Amino acid sequence: MVAETKKLEFGAKAHVALNDPKLRANFRRAMDGLMTKRAAQFADVAEWTSLRARGAAVRANALAKLPELLEQLEANCRKNGIQVHWAETTAEANAIVLGILEAAGAKTVIKGKSMVTEEMHLNAHLEKHGITPVESDLGEYIIQLAGEAPSHIVMPCIHKNKAEIAELFHDKIAGQAYTENVDELTAAARAALRGAFAGADAGISGVNFAVAETGTLVLIENEGNGRLSTTLPPLHIAVTGIEKVLEKLDDVPPLLSLLPRSATGQPITTYVNMISSPRKEGEKDGPKAVHLVLLDNGRSRVHGDTELRDTLRCIRCAACMNHCPVYTRVGGHTYSFTYPGPIGKLLTPQLEGLDCAGDQPHASTLCRACADVCPVKIPIPDLLVRLRTESVRPTSPGAVKGAGSATSATETLGWKGWTLLYASPLVYRIGTRMLGWFGNLMPSSAPMLKQWTSVRTKPKFAPKSLHELAREKGFCDE
Amino acid sequence: MSKQPRPESVYFFGTCLIDLFYPAAGLAGMELLKREGLKVVFPPKQTCCGQPARNNGYQDEARKVARLQLDSFPGDWPIVVPSGSCAGMMKTHYPEMFEGTPDHDRAQAFSARVFELTEFLVDVLGVKLEDKGQPVTITWHPSCHSQREAGVVEQPKSLLRQLSNVTLIENPREKECCGFGGAFAVRQAEISAAMVTDKVASIEETGATSVVSGDCGCLMNITGAAEKAKKGFKGRHIAEFILERCHGG
Repeated sequence: MVAETKKLEFGAKAHVALNDPKLRANFRRAMDGLMTKRAAQFADVAEWTSLRARGAAVRANALAKLPELLEQLEANCRKNGIQVHWAETTAEANAIVLGILEAAGAKTVIKGKSMVTEEMHLNAHLEKHGITPVESDLGEYIIQLAGEAPSHIVMPCIHKNKAEIAELFHDKIAGQAYTENVDELTAAARAALRGAFAGADAGISGVNFAVAETGTLVLIENEGNGRLSTTLPPLHIAVTGIEKVLEKLDDVPPLLSLLPRSATGQPITTYVNMISSPRKEGEKDGPKAVHLVLLDNGRSRVHGDTELRDTLRCIRCAACMNHCPVYTRVGGHTYSFTYPGPIGKLLTPQLEGLDCAGDQPHASTLCRACADVCPVKIPIPDLLVRLRTESVRPTSPGAVKGAGSATSATETLGWKGWTLLYASPLVYRIGTRMLGWFGNLMPSSAPMLKQWTSVRTKPKFAPKSLHELAREKGFCDE
Repeated sequence: MSKQPRPESVYFFGTCLIDLFYPAAGLAGMELLKREGLKVVFPPKQTCCGQPARNNGYQDEARKVARLQLDSFPGDWPIVVPSGSCAGMMKTHYPEMFEGTPDHDRAQAFSARVFELTEFLVDVLGVKLEDKGQPVTITWHPSCHSQREAGVVEQPKSLLRQLSNVTLIENPREKECCGFGGAFAVRQAEISAAMVTDKVASIEETGATSVVSGDCGCLMNITGAAEKAKKGFKGRHIAEFILERCHGG
């Protein structure tokens, strides 16, 4: 990951996305549908308010006790026969997964949907070492065929329409005729994937919630592919970020209600898998070995800052991106990193560094639509402002990687001038009078004004300011 | 419904955009309050709430400017603000900005006195409007910060609905951001342009001849884009619009 090139990518990629009418239409249609479905789920404001408060409390509690809960999780998983591994970096996590697969002699892997393995770029790592991973979530399967990354964290191929998928299947699946019939397309993927499930040496999945009290891995999904990936092959490797831990089993139900309703507007997912051990003596199915890989990748640093820690409450429902006016316009690939949309703008710079992804916190109008719908009450806009602050002037040393990297002499000077103007009544009076006189003479092509006037007319300074009018009308007299 | 007893005097905070670009909206806001029999005071030392610096990460600069506002409104009268965005900033962010500083207590007291204009007219004054204007069709644009930061949602619409000759058409996409976002419009110019273009289209689809809003940032963005694209609707600040209706304009 080359920091400098990534840094410049957002604007350039947004330009491409904004000029792709098909992509714009796909996202608009999809997000409008998701917003409507979610709104119907939470029509009862009182129920939403109380459920959301519970969800936020459960997650905040888990984060407050994170180190202890992780130890408890490890102990209980081990007791249940699940082998636990710790990874500081994505490279370590990749090495651990590869090591487990190689020790078992596994050559083919079937994968359930997992964003954390996307964060690790695990597939590329496995392929490099001669192991073939097959994505089994329909959306992930489609983008794997297309050689793309997910553009959404719940619906990875939401950027594609039926016709694009029809074409892709026709190209990539041997013997597949071109059809836009959804049932036939699904059947084609199903036929291809059934063989992969049956023949896989190992299954890899993500984890939605890891329960410390019982050592249980909770995995929710709609297609049954998660269930097949975690029970059919003889080996199951679950990979998760360390923040996904919950204190107790009782903490799961509110989140099981909040997550699918926020994500897709479903009351509950079709499957809720609760994995608590490998196959036991006398049991007829399940893997012979289960491994849990716990990935840090910068999360402890995020956790160390009590304000930014709220970022880690995220349950990956994607409601923030579904409601984000920026995400809806540019799509997930514009963000360049695994997690797009509002939560991505918040999480990515903290995981990758502000020097690398420092423009992302600025790709927001702070409209707060994301904060409004977040089921665990992450104050995303306020934390974006915090990151903007960190990027110009670090407030707490070491809290965010690459802090201070956005300081530019011109910008600092600009804000110094701004402060001079607005922090003194006298300077303001003289300064604004001059602005009023000369401001309207500024050409539309002046720096900054140029961006504004690309689609708008130039704002006109009024002949008399409100300060002057208020004085004339006698409002200034205390 | 009133959060507090009807005061005899109020302060008016003009906002920096209104001061320089839309002074008529500010004056109209003060006239509306004066019509209710209140003494309206516009402290001449006031400048800007400090939001531009805060949102861009320049907290020390934002505090310096905010501190001047704390100094400029010394009495305990309500502070009425004709902008949901600036009101939201002063209500929700002032206390947290000054946390741990000697100004924290007065920032908190200041915040408690801040009202967005329509909120004050409806919740505190319970104004009754008489419409003397010609029949007109309008749509409403709520700013994101008025809805989600200042918590002002119903009050402006309830005022507009009091006007008997005004037909208010709901824009199905009214809650969606217009793409202004202060520096966002320049930093992410292309995304902002796409957002405002969509917003203008959604307003045009309502068939309204005017879009009324309580925030001049959004108005500058929306009407600027509508003007450039030669669309057939105008933009008005709600204070100016209401005052005109009451005067038969």
